[in-house]
Amino acid sequence: MMENETKTIEIKDLDFYYGDFQALENVTFDIPENKVTALIGPSGCGKSTFLRTINRMNDLIDGTRVDGDVIVEGDDIYKDEIDVVELRKEVGMVFQEPNPFPKSIYDNIAYGPRAHGITDTEKLDEIVENSLKHAALWDEVDDRLDQSAIGISGGQQQRLCIARALAVDPDILLMDEPTSALDPVATAKIEDLIDDLKEEYTIVIVTHSMQQAARISDYTAFFLMGEVIEHGPTQKIFEKPENQKTEDYITGRFG
Amino acid sequence: MRKSFEHQLEDLNQDLLKLGSMVEERIHKAITALKNKNDELAQQVVENDDEIDDYQMEIEQECINLTALQQPVAKDLRRINMVSKMATDLERIADLAQNIAEIALELSASDYVKPLVDLPKMGEIAQEMIHDALDAFVNSNADKAKEVAQRDSKINDLDEQILRELLTYMVEDPKTVQQSNDLIFVSRYLERIGDHVTNICEDIVYIITAERVSY
Repeated sequence: MMENETKTIEIKDLDFYYGDFQALENVTFDIPENKVTALIGPSGCGKSTFLRTINRMNDLIDGTRVDGDVIVEGDDIYKDEIDVVELRKEVGMVFQEPNPFPKSIYDNIAYGPRAHGITDTEKLDEIVENSLKHAALWDEVDDRLDQSAIGISGGQQQRLCIARALAVDPDILLMDEPTSALDPVATAKIEDLIDDLKEEYTIVIVTHSMQQAARISDYTAFFLMGEVIEHGPTQKIFEKPENQKTEDYITGRFG
Repeated sequence: MRKSFEHQLEDLNQDLLKLGSMVEERIHKAITALKNKNDELAQQVVENDDEIDDYQMEIEQECINLTALQQPVAKDLRRINMVSKMATDLERIADLAQNIAEIALELSASDYVKPLVDLPKMGEIAQEMIHDALDAFVNSNADKAKEVAQRDSKINDLDEQILRELLTYMVEDPKTVQQSNDLIFVSRYLERIGDHVTNICEDIVYIITAERVSY
């Protein structure tokens, strides 16, 4: 991390277990504010597990255990007094497959704010419009907000899911392979969007596309068998990695 | 494990080596033609330059294809970019060999003021430098590349020595000016060849260590 950057998320000595199986081991690094951090590594290396530790999505899985610290905006999120609902409002998430609710476009976006107690129609209208604009989707759907979200294209659905995440005004966005189900055009739109969004949000993205990590991220962490092998500026990782395992993976000579 | 990519990289290595040996041969022929007043050899160097140009462009195209289709990173990226650059240096060396051959043709009708000793020596050093640099390239030997680059100072010393010597001839006898001037050019061409080989050595070190050095 550069000296003038603020760390939004600090991870210290993080271990994670699914029952007896240790999925993360001694993970330690900082994630800077308003930057894109990409997590890369082969399937089963722990990158998605790690992503889900940042908003405690792993809590939903039985038999999991966490050791070490995940500090988000100064708070250790695994302390007892942490309100997980409040945490997930600050740390939004977008998944691999677009998963809109079978409701109208408007209701998809308004769902979160309503759940957090906003009922004022004008306020909701404003949130819906702003969120869709932030997700670069407004111009494509502003004349059909009352239509079902299931009827729009996959790429539009994924931007809708990003808009839905933005509607509760988070600081951090977690993305788990957000473009793996999309065509190159829709992928390019999401990548442009990520580049715009980092002005206001801190983004952590899991991707299987090395080229995508290289294109869109400022920092890259390479995971292998539950450990972070190397973490650093993306340009350095892809031009001059320090660890031979990183070099083998990014040049495709792994395994 | 990217088998086909590995093969393509190996082909690229072989192609650069082939270009290198073609260029080595050009220098050898040009200098031998100059030394022995062999017009036929000189003519071969002058006439076959297209062959080198075509081969260089072929290597360049291979590099562009690999970049576009394989999205190389890290060491692969450095190798592919540097091979393209080294091919350009080798092509320039061949052009300089051609220039030397042209002078050999010009001078073949007249007697030399003295037998040529230092110019052939320079040519030999240059040829060995190319050979050993490419050896360092295939064996990924950065120390060797550095050692080869350092030999360039021998070429530079000889260039200065030859210049001083030929200036003396020119001052003593103005009839030698034309020939001495031509030979000074040959010396300068060989000196430039040494500089191109030094570039190649720097590129090899960059491929291996990711450090940009200047010798």
